[in-house]
Amino acid sequence: MSKIPDQEPATRTAGVASPPAGGLVRRGRRRRRVRLYGPLDPRIYVSVAVAAFAVMLAAWWLAAALNLTSDLFLPSPGQVWSRGVELARDGTLGSATWESFRRISIGFLISTAFGLPIGILIGTYRVAEAAIEPPVDFIRYMPAVAFVPVSIVWFGVGESQKYVLIFIGTFFQQVLMVMDNVKRVPREYVDIGYTLGLRDPGILLRIVLPASAPAIWDTLRITLGWAWTWLVVAELVAAPNGLGHLILTAQRYFETDTIFLGILIIGLLGLAMDQAMKIIGGRVFGWAETRRG
Amino acid sequence: MTAPKLSVAGLRKVFGGDEQALVALDGAAFDLVENEFATLVGTSGCGKSTLLMIAAGLEEATEGQVLVNGRPIDGPGRDRGMVFQTYTLFPWLTVQRNVEFAMRAEPLGKAERRRVALEHLALVGLEQFADSYPSQLSGGMRQRVAIARALSYRPEILLMDEPFGALDAQTRQLMQELLTRVWEQHRLTVLFVTHDIDEAVFLSDRVLVMTNRPGRIKLDVPIALERPRRFELISSPEFLEYKAQLLVSVREESLKTAGSAV
Repeated sequence: MSKIPDQEPATRTAGVASPPAGGLVRRGRRRRRVRLYGPLDPRIYVSVAVAAFAVMLAAWWLAAALNLTSDLFLPSPGQVWSRGVELARDGTLGSATWESFRRISIGFLISTAFGLPIGILIGTYRVAEAAIEPPVDFIRYMPAVAFVPVSIVWFGVGESQKYVLIFIGTFFQQVLMVMDNVKRVPREYVDIGYTLGLRDPGILLRIVLPASAPAIWDTLRITLGWAWTWLVVAELVAAPNGLGHLILTAQRYFETDTIFLGILIIGLLGLAMDQAMKIIGGRVFGWAETRRG
Repeated sequence: MTAPKLSVAGLRKVFGGDEQALVALDGAAFDLVENEFATLVGTSGCGKSTLLMIAAGLEEATEGQVLVNGRPIDGPGRDRGMVFQTYTLFPWLTVQRNVEFAMRAEPLGKAERRRVALEHLALVGLEQFADSYPSQLSGGMRQRVAIARALSYRPEILLMDEPFGALDAQTRQLMQELLTRVWEQHRLTVLFVTHDIDEAVFLSDRVLVMTNRPGRIKLDVPIALERPRRFELISSPEFLEYKAQLLVSVREESLKTAGSAV
């Protein structure tokens, strides 16, 4: 018994001393290297991201301060900020943002309500794919903007026209992406389901859906970004309110600072929604995180 | 006499049609009696996996049929469990829930289902990983869970398609020992597919050699090695004799493909 404590310090010393000093230095250097798909400290990630925004802001400020162009073309950050404060105080900004947010939520939900089940069906049943995929692919290539005139003819300039435009711009992309997500579910998962006695609805619900859920969530995240584009298009054409309307009226009066403000708010809202979905996705689909890195 | 547990009768399988038709199986036939451990060996592409998929009901035969207890099968069913080469645990469920998933259709209470799942995880030595997710396990551990899952709901026949094919040699050997031990305790009819002759001899009561495409049963070798089987067996003269006989038989088939390809 007494031998063991005697030996322990010796082995421990040997263990520490064994790697040559050069090895330690080399290891330290390797850790600092930036590699393809390499890891990054989250704090560094955030710092770099914040710095990128700071650089953009500084470049803007500099361009405006040096009077490279007139204020009419490029307002300074300060001008845009004070305009933002002004419009926030009188409530214009809040209600415009709310209207846009409401429209995109409803339009995107309608699109998803159709896109998700149809995408899953055409990803799993070849017959459904044959019936639906080619026409969807066909319509997908028609520019959604080209539907603006006909959407007004059909639906007028009311709210439903906005939803229709968001739907046209989002749904046809969403369906094909969800189909692709579902097709990537390993066939063996489905085969296991069949040997366990499950039938098609059970397999779709208990195997295909959970297996493809993380990828589908990413699809929703990406298509939500596109939906914003169509929302603004819809509001620029004919809307009594919303951020697109704010931008359009500002253009009439050459209020470039308001235009910039509207664009920035849309960008910030998009960024916030995207980050929120990323965080929710990470929480809910934690099991997939190790695979995705 | 009672009907054989599993009967494969005159199986023919043709993929594609016309000029591109590929005859994977042609006249494959054999019977397995209850609690027999049989292995199909053959060169890659000889149709052994296709045969297993047909037996599982996941592929349809062009001609012929598969019978369980004398009754022709109609698609997949809970009487036949399956273990694949690829990792098929559901990554969104914990190890324990993966096993419980297989027992969904059993008339068991929640607590009972949990107990049976843990019991089967203990059988493969993984009860302490019940709450882990598959991504946290090694390849060998995942296959052990897959075996536990396949056994948990007590299918009459276990179909195994190169279940250790993706594992390294050392893990593979350990897995073979584990499977033998489990099978010797809980007998059931097994149809195992591999291209590894050592694995086939070590595990089986009977080894069936398949011809090259189109696949048929070429040689049927009963393995009269005593049980329980241990690691030391693989260097015994009897083991090596079986191995040599089977190697020669499979090699003939490999040479045919090599000849036609070169």
